[in-house]
Amino acid sequence: MARRRGAGTHPAVWLPAVVVALLMIVPVLHLALAAAELGPVTALTEVASDRTLRLIGRTLLLAAAVTAASMVLAVPIAWLTIRTDLPARRAFAVATALPLAVPTYVGSYALIAAIAPGGLVADLTGLPGVRPYGFWGAFAALTVFASPYVLVTVQAALAGLDPALEDASRTLGRGRWRTFLTVTLPALRPATAAGALLVALYVISDFGAVSMLRYSTLTRAIHTEYRASFDRSRIALLGLVLVAMTVVLLVAEARAARGGAGTYAVGVRRRAEPVPLGRWRWPAVALCGAVVVVGVVVPMVVVASWSWAALEAGEPIAAAFDAARRSLVAAALGTVATVLAALPIAVWSGRSRSRAARLVERASFTGFALPGIVVAIALVFVGIRLVPALYQTLAMLVVAYVVLFLPQAVGAVRSTLLQVDDDVESAARLLGASRLATLWRVTLPLAAQGTFAGGALVFLTVLKELPATLLLAPTGYDTLATRVWSATSEAFFARAALPALLVILLGVVPLMLVSARRGALAPAVQPRSDVEKDSTVPSTLTATG
Amino acid sequence: MSRSLRHRPSAVLLLLALPVLLVACGEAVDGPTAPTTSAPDASAGGGADADGPLVVYSGRSEDLVGPILEGFAAMTGRELEVRYGDTAELAAAILAEGDASPADVFFGQDAGALGALEAAGRFAELDAETLGLVDPAYRSSAGRWVGVTGRARVLVHAPDLAAADLPDSVGELTDPVWRGRVGWAPTNASFQAFVTALRLLEGEDAARAWVEGMLANDVQVYEKNTAIVEAVGRGEIDLGLTNHYYLLRYLAEDPDYPAVNRFLPGDVGGLVNVAGVGVLSTSERPTGAAELVAHLLSEEVQRSFAGAAAGEYPMRAGVEASDRLPTLVELAPPALDLGRLEDLEGTLALLREVGALD
Repeated sequence: MARRRGAGTHPAVWLPAVVVALLMIVPVLHLALAAAELGPVTALTEVASDRTLRLIGRTLLLAAAVTAASMVLAVPIAWLTIRTDLPARRAFAVATALPLAVPTYVGSYALIAAIAPGGLVADLTGLPGVRPYGFWGAFAALTVFASPYVLVTVQAALAGLDPALEDASRTLGRGRWRTFLTVTLPALRPATAAGALLVALYVISDFGAVSMLRYSTLTRAIHTEYRASFDRSRIALLGLVLVAMTVVLLVAEARAARGGAGTYAVGVRRRAEPVPLGRWRWPAVALCGAVVVVGVVVPMVVVASWSWAALEAGEPIAAAFDAARRSLVAAALGTVATVLAALPIAVWSGRSRSRAARLVERASFTGFALPGIVVAIALVFVGIRLVPALYQTLAMLVVAYVVLFLPQAVGAVRSTLLQVDDDVESAARLLGASRLATLWRVTLPLAAQGTFAGGALVFLTVLKELPATLLLAPTGYDTLATRVWSATSEAFFARAALPALLVILLGVVPLMLVSARRGALAPAVQPRSDVEKDSTVPSTLTATG
Repeated sequence: MSRSLRHRPSAVLLLLALPVLLVACGEAVDGPTAPTTSAPDASAGGGADADGPLVVYSGRSEDLVGPILEGFAAMTGRELEVRYGDTAELAAAILAEGDASPADVFFGQDAGALGALEAAGRFAELDAETLGLVDPAYRSSAGRWVGVTGRARVLVHAPDLAAADLPDSVGELTDPVWRGRVGWAPTNASFQAFVTALRLLEGEDAARAWVEGMLANDVQVYEKNTAIVEAVGRGEIDLGLTNHYYLLRYLAEDPDYPAVNRFLPGDVGGLVNVAGVGVLSTSERPTGAAELVAHLLSEEVQRSFAGAAAGEYPMRAGVEASDRLPTLVELAPPALDLGRLEDLEGTLALLREVGALD
């Protein structure tokens, strides 16, 4: 059965998927080649050394803690911002995802400037500051700035989730709370797992937060090696440890997602009736508001206060706007290319149970799990040798973005597809549509919401990207992120402020597009009652307002 | 805010984003604008050089060296392409690029990266005349890179500390008096260069004892020099080990910035390290590259490096540093071949072993 389904995939899907997957494993191959110089004995001794084991332990601890906290925080917020009568619901849906637009090096810097002894809070209130360093600081910062991965994927899933099952549960006498726990949450499992995976991988590859907040992970150790030793085989070895860790996380995610997949929805969705929050209204607002304050307002206030000082000091703003334009071009091209590369992989793995499809989908995660500098150096090595004409051009940079950020798009598209049973496509085939026509007219439209959500994630991360942009962009192609970096590294903070503010503000755009599309989508797919497959629900309960 | 806006929060967000959108869309997409500066009369020097712009990989930021490099382009009529980035990452990229590297000149922040590229055989020999401008202490002993500016290691401290209480040597910082009050940046290249100097000058055992003593004294760890200067400014710590010029930048933005530099004449903790340049052995434009190196060491450029904003030590003999700084002679930095600072392996091993990098 599984085999037949796999064989039924059109080459227009699996062929590009395989090509993209080959591109994705380039960094791992480069690492493996470099690490091979060490020889097996040295390599094993090095991996099993106390220091490496300690780094692995610390990295896993941070990833596990941040991922768990992100789920606890983001799943309820996703539900509140999609399914309830939360005041300013649409604005919160965008604003609670916005911390993702804050680069961790800026966000962590703002956190220190705000709460450390002698910081803003201490100045304003006279309270003693808190030293936000070590595990707890890194944990808090990464939870705030990475949890939107769970939020955005779960929001997309909720928007596409057929409320019929929940309505049925309510009709059969279960309360709102039990319905949420026993029907909604399990239905959200694939999306939650996909978001959680992105959080975990983001944490293990992040450098900004762990370096500013002083918590040693494998990625921080890799950066230290780059700075100090130029010993590429040692770096490669630590990189391969990260790859191994990624494989473990990928298997864990696949297990976690399996339980919930394909158990609901028939392809025709109604808009869910907003759940009245009643007296929980204001606590809910407080929760969402707290996330927005800590994750968006505080970084923006800190950065805006620099901007103000910079403008007063006569810092020219034209350069920042030029950089914003280049950032926007790079992010737009990177997003389109990444989404296009992601679609075949997502469709194949979302619709086929073949092993090959699974493998290709999992392979797409490697670039995201590695520190940006490792991927960038690998692409430098390969790019200058294989395609010298493209080396340090915009095309090369876009390829780097695809390698780095592909899984964000794959995950979002795939989890939307998994929400819809493939009976829909079977029906299309039965009614005489060709495989390609079914793909074009049924599968891809079903994936649209996920495509937008995934594209928004890619856009945000491209805006923040640093190492690949520095090494692979055309010479002189300075973006907002590179301007922030170059100004802060030489302690010209006034010069860093405006670009940092623009990075965050530009992130609003894709999130608003996603939100607007979600709003437009829901009423458009209102079913006629005769299409409903299983109308056990009285029409009074399903009517939309 | 009007009533209608209050009821349409998404409209408010849209308004916030609007200026950004307008700017972004208003300026037509006209591709990258590389800071290539060219003059029509490309006449100077290099007959043997290949066509195309001279490519510089600069680990020094555009804010610092951009105007100087543009000055070179304007003066010689040579086209210049500058890739700015992190010193170590650019050096790693040159190593990964191999012989096909488009770079002609590498301008690095510290002697370690320059030494690594030299050791990998990636630098060509510089001409003797240029090398002769700089004290042998501040250039490669094989003549393959040369220091352009120097930076002294200092203690940056809170202004309310009495001079009498301040240490004259980093050796005193392991004293319990300083427990929990000192910050360092062990992953920073300049700090590691200092530890290497400590090992070379005072021996492995003394160096290890000092690092362990600092850890036992609850030294506070920061990511980089600027973070230390800020922690001192906030009052989070009283003392920090950094390079001298970071504080000067803060003072340029805010003359009342609450921190003071203490120089350490004669102490290994007062090491003078360099930012320097080398010409790639694979460069197809060696004449232009040599001209650029000479330009960076010209009197005019060296004086501008010494100027207020940059505040670094000019490396050309005879050009004075800012009069707000002690002279290099007064600093009497320990005698040490900076080329030997490339040997960071031992320093890293030491820092790793005692847990200073965790």
